[in-house]
Amino acid sequence: MNPFHYSKPVDVQEAVHLSSGASRFIAGGTNLLDLMKENISRPEHLIDITGLPLNHIQETAEGGVLIGALVSNADLAWHPLIEQRYPLLSQAILAGASPQLRNMASTGGNLLQRTRCYYFYDTNVPCNKREPGSGCPARTGLNRIHAILGASEQCVSTHPSDMCVALAALAARVHVEGRGGARVIEFADFHRLPGDAPQRDNQLADDELITAIELPADNLASHSNYLKIRDRASYAFALVSVAAALELDGDTIIDARLALGGVAHKPWRDRAVEASLIGQVVSRETFSQAADALLQDAEPLVHNGFKIKLARRGIIRALSDAAVAGERP
Amino acid sequence: MSATPNGAADQPFVSHSIRLSLNGQERQLDVLPWTTLLDLLREQLDLVGSKKGCDHGQCGACTVLRDGKRINACLTLAVMCDGAELTTIEGLATGDQLHPMQQAFIKHDAFQCGYCTPGQICSAVGLVNEGRAHDSAQIQELMSGNLCRCGAYNNIRDAVQEVLGGEQ
Ligand SMILES: Cc1cc2nc3c(=O)[nH]c(=O)nc-3n(C[C@H](O)[C@H](O)[C@H](O)COP(=O)(O)OP(=O)(O)OC[C@H]3O[C@@H](n4cnc5c(N)ncnc54)[C@H](O)[C@@H]3O)c2cc1C
Ligand code: SF4
Ligand code: FES
Ligand code: FES
Repeated sequence: MNPFHYSKPVDVQEAVHLSSGASRFIAGGTNLLDLMKENISRPEHLIDITGLPLNHIQETAEGGVLIGALVSNADLAWHPLIEQRYPLLSQAILAGASPQLRNMASTGGNLLQRTRCYYFYDTNVPCNKREPGSGCPARTGLNRIHAILGASEQCVSTHPSDMCVALAALAARVHVEGRGGARVIEFADFHRLPGDAPQRDNQLADDELITAIELPADNLASHSNYLKIRDRASYAFALVSVAAALELDGDTIIDARLALGGVAHKPWRDRAVEASLIGQVVSRETFSQAADALLQDAEPLVHNGFKIKLARRGIIRALSDAAVAGERP
Repeated sequence: MSATPNGAADQPFVSHSIRLSLNGQERQLDVLPWTTLLDLLREQLDLVGSKKGCDHGQCGACTVLRDGKRINACLTLAVMCDGAELTTIEGLATGDQLHPMQQAFIKHDAFQCGYCTPGQICSAVGLVNEGRAHDSAQIQELMSGNLCRCGAYNNIRDAVQEVLGGEQ
C-alpha cells in the first residue's frame, strides 16, 4: 500500500469539497483496501466518509424506502422493512461475500466495487480497465468468469455485485451529490457497458458521493427469488445469478422483473423482455421464451460458453421458484 | 481529526491519534493512516492471536469484534477504528475462565493446527450476537467466512451449535 493522507469530514459538503482526482472516498474499505494492497489503486488521499450522517433506512412519502449510503450490507439485508417489502434484496445481499465482509461493506461501496477479472488484479500484465490502451488479455486468455453480453473488443469483464442485480430488478434510484449539486440516477443508467472506455465502470464523477439508494414501492414482495450459481456453495462470486420477481393475479402475470448478474459489465436487465411476460400465464413455456429473448444476443468467449446454458436454465428456475414463492409454507 | 485541504499531496504524511477500548482497556495510540488494524494488533501491540492468513478478506483468520460485530481486521484501517470497542481472541476469557465458545471448541476438538481458530472463535461469538443462526445449516452458512485448511468444519459447527443451544 502506498502512503496517503487521511481526513474524516463530518458532512457531505465537506467531503465533496475535499475530493480531487487523486483522492478516494473510503467506507467499508473491503474493496478499496484490497485494491490498494495490490497497487491497483494508489490514492494520495483517503477521505473517510464513515462519519457522515448517511446511516439510516427510512420510508419515503411515496411508499418506498430510502437507504443511506453508509448502511452496512448486513444491516440492510436484516432490516425488517427490507425483509418484508424487498426480500429479493435481502436474499441477494446474503448470497454475497461473508458475514464479516457484510458487516463492513456499505451500500454505496457495494455499487462501486470493481471487477474480479484476474488480469485486472495482476499488475504484471496489460489490462484496458487498469491501464487504458494497454490491451485485454482476457479476450483470448482465461475467460471462464467473463461476460457473455454487452462486452466490447476492449473489455469483457463482469460486474461482481449480487446486491446490484436485485437493485436493478427493483428499479432503484441512486442519489448522488457533488460540488455542482445533487442528482438522481436511474439504476439502469448508473453502471456502464465497457465500450471503448472500460476504465469507467459507472457514471459517477470523481467529486460525486453516493448519498442514498431509493427503492420505489412495488407489489413484488410475495413472488421474488434470487438464484446464485457459483463454484462453491458459499463465499464465492456468481458465475451467473438471476433476480426474478413477479406480481401475479391468480396465474396471470401483472408485473415482471428479471435481471442477470455475472454475465456483463453491469447487471443485465431488458425492459422489453419483462414487458413480454405481462399478461401471460405462469408456465415453463412462458419463462423459457423470456430466457431465450433475454439471451438472444449472448456471445460466448473461448471458455465461458457454458454460461449461456447456465443462464437460460437459471432464468427458468428463478422465475418458476418466484411464481410459487408466496405459496411456500 | 482535522480535514486535509485539496493540496494534501504537498504535505508530509502524519500519524493520527486514536482512542480505542481494546479488550476492555482504554488505549490512546498514534497510527499511520495506512496501518491496518491487523498490523496494529500484531506488530505494534503484540496481540498475535489474530492471524494473517491471506491479508485480503478471503480467509477469516483475522476476525475480531468491533462494537460486538465480527469484521476482518486485515481490510480495516486502524485509523478508522477511532472510538471503537474492539475484542480480540485475547480478550474473550475472564481471567482464567475461558469464554463458553472457547470451552466448546476444546470440548468438540474443533481444531487441528489451530491457525484458523482465533478467527473461528471470534466469528462464532459474532454469529451468536447476531442471533440469525438457528440450525446447523444456518450455522454452516454463517460461518462460511472462516476457512479451515485442516477441515475441522464439522467439529466447529458442533461447538457453535452447543453454545447456541445453551443460550436458547
Ligand atoms: C473475499 C471477498 C468476497 C466477496 N464476495 C462478494 C460476493 O460474493 N458478492 C458481492 O456482491 N460482493 C462480494 N464482495 C465485495 C463486497 O461486497 C464489496 O467489497 C463491498 O460491497 C464494497 O463496499 P465497501 O463499503 O467496503 O467499499 P469501499 O472498499 O470502502 O469502497 C469501494 C469503492 O467505492 C467508493 N465509495 C464507497 N462509498 C462511496 C460513496 N458513498 N460515494 C462514492 N464513492 C464511494 C470508494 O472510493 C471505492 O472506490 C466480496 C469481497 C471480498 C473481499
Ligand atoms: S476483461 Fe477488462 S478487466 Fe479483464 S483484462 Fe480485459 S480489460 Fe482488463
Ligand atoms: S487475513 Fe484477513 S481474511 Fe484472511
Ligand atoms: S485448525 Fe488448521 S486451519 Fe483450521
